[in-house]
Amino acid sequence: MNSLTARRRHPAVAFVLLVLALGLTGTVYALVSSASAATAAAPAAGDQTQIDQGRQLYLEGCSSCHGLQAQGTGNGPTLIGIGAAAVDFQVRTGRMPLAQQGAQAPAKIPTYSAEEINQLAAYIASLAPGPAIPTAEQLDFADADVALGGELFRANCSQCHQAAGQGGALTRGKYAPTLMGAEPIDIYEAMITGPQSMPVFNDKTLPPKDKQAIISYIDHLQTAPQPGGNALGSFGPVTEGLFLWTAGLAALIIAAVWIGVKAK
Amino acid sequence: MSERLDAPTDGAGSTLARTGEVPPERLEVAAVTHSPRRADIDPRAARRAERQVSIMFGLSAVLVVAFIAAYVAIDISSTVFIPGLGDVGAMNLALGLTFGGAIFLIGAGAVHWAKKLMPDVEIVAERHELGSDEATTDAALAAYKRGRDESGFAQRRIVRRSLLGALAFFPLPLVVLLRDLWTQAPGAPAPYVQLANTIWEPGERIVTDITYQPVKAEDIPVGGLVNVVPERLKEVEEAEGNLNARAKSAAILVRMTPEQIRSQQNPDWDYQGILAFSKICTHVGCPISLYEQRTHHLLCPCHQSTFDLADSGNVIFGPAARRMPQLAIDVDAEGYLIARGDFAEPVGPSFWERG
Repeated sequence: MNSLTARRRHPAVAFVLLVLALGLTGTVYALVSSASAATAAAPAAGDQTQIDQGRQLYLEGCSSCHGLQAQGTGNGPTLIGIGAAAVDFQVRTGRMPLAQQGAQAPAKIPTYSAEEINQLAAYIASLAPGPAIPTAEQLDFADADVALGGELFRANCSQCHQAAGQGGALTRGKYAPTLMGAEPIDIYEAMITGPQSMPVFNDKTLPPKDKQAIISYIDHLQTAPQPGGNALGSFGPVTEGLFLWTAGLAALIIAAVWIGVKAK
Repeated sequence: MSERLDAPTDGAGSTLARTGEVPPERLEVAAVTHSPRRADIDPRAARRAERQVSIMFGLSAVLVVAFIAAYVAIDISSTVFIPGLGDVGAMNLALGLTFGGAIFLIGAGAVHWAKKLMPDVEIVAERHELGSDEATTDAALAAYKRGRDESGFAQRRIVRRSLLGALAFFPLPLVVLLRDLWTQAPGAPAPYVQLANTIWEPGERIVTDITYQPVKAEDIPVGGLVNVVPERLKEVEEAEGNLNARAKSAAILVRMTPEQIRSQQNPDWDYQGILAFSKICTHVGCPISLYEQRTHHLLCPCHQSTFDLADSGNVIFGPAARRMPQLAIDVDAEGYLIARGDFAEPVGPSFWERG
């Protein structure tokens, strides 16, 4: 107490107080806003106020490319009938809104909050029926057959996303993104909506059980330990060969120099 | 001509040859000055080198024992974190390090021994003459001539010619066997007929790959892709015991809106915008289903051949020489998609008889 009294006229006091006050304000704001987001996510899809709020967000942030009625323009495809799942996938992973026109919309830090994404999804879903955001039950892969998932992945996914899910190149600058770090909901939504170049794998031709198997295989790819150590990107002979040709040849050259040098 | 080629430029050797003088046995190389190594002059350095070599050999033996100990003692599923490598299987790492170290130390010890202790003076190893001496060549030539004359190979022309004829026929079985390298059951069609046809039959149901589920037309959305095989594939594979049928009959189903389809290999081979194409690249036969649903391009990951499925499967880029064969489809009474027959043209890469 004594020391506090003694130092309250210290020149740094004003600065310390300012920092503390700013920090407190930020923390309180973050708590309040996340609490409001949690409550706002609760209303069921189709709730009219949510749709209206979503429409407002849409007109401000999306309509310049996708059209005032979501009918599509030269800069963006129509969003009528794409469903809530497509909105959730594109906006939650940050692919939409686009930072710039290009061959592909890359994933980035999302622009909208969870609450706003739900409003946007509700608005787009209200235009025409489309795939809904998958439920927690659909995403539960605890009982899925990971071996079957591997087979299905190799038959349906590995051509573009590579056998170990590392992604790969398509034509003209487009690419299939890596699946490392993809959440089950991202994978499920991508399959049912077919974002960008990806074809649609709906629940009829690829039933939810098979999708869960694929998700569990991708989860295995993401989490299984690598008994051989560094996988060098799982790109097979390309990176492994490069490593051997550089590190291995360097070691051989050093050994040859050592053998050849005359002893003193 | 040959004289000019043999003509010397600097003279020394050929002057000798022309004047008939005997050339020196070998060229005198400027003598390498030999400086003795420390171990050559200092017995203590020699003993130290000796100790180093024996330590390397001894360590190698210790590592072999450690290898066996690691094999027995380390749990096969245990992992250990190594910076830069991540979590590595502990036993594999220990086995590799001990065994690799053991063989490396034997080699390193041998090299160290040779460099420090073995003599390092240059020694000349004389080569013997390359040619045989005259008596040996004459004897060999005489034996050959005698054999030729006594066998009558030169005189008895009919024997010689029939022998040459027999030898010319001898490789024919190889050619026939090569032609039939394809696994062939008795009575099976010729290899090129097998190459040109797949097991798709009229009315054959189209089922999903891996799970063998029939597909209804309304189940496929626009922009959708289904990797499919013939319904009979499973039984054919089990009967044949190989993947030949799959390698040829694998196919994909894609759906476009009818306006998006610019052309087809036959105008009515689709079913309400659902198109079926072979999955086997016509370049060298990679299975391809890198289908970009917005451009309707099918890309082969092996050599980047690109096919436009909205335009008869024509090649628009890459080394493939032929379009992707299309499968004519329909639905059966229950609404499931069926093939209307086999592919109209051979699938996969070109082959000799295809032309």
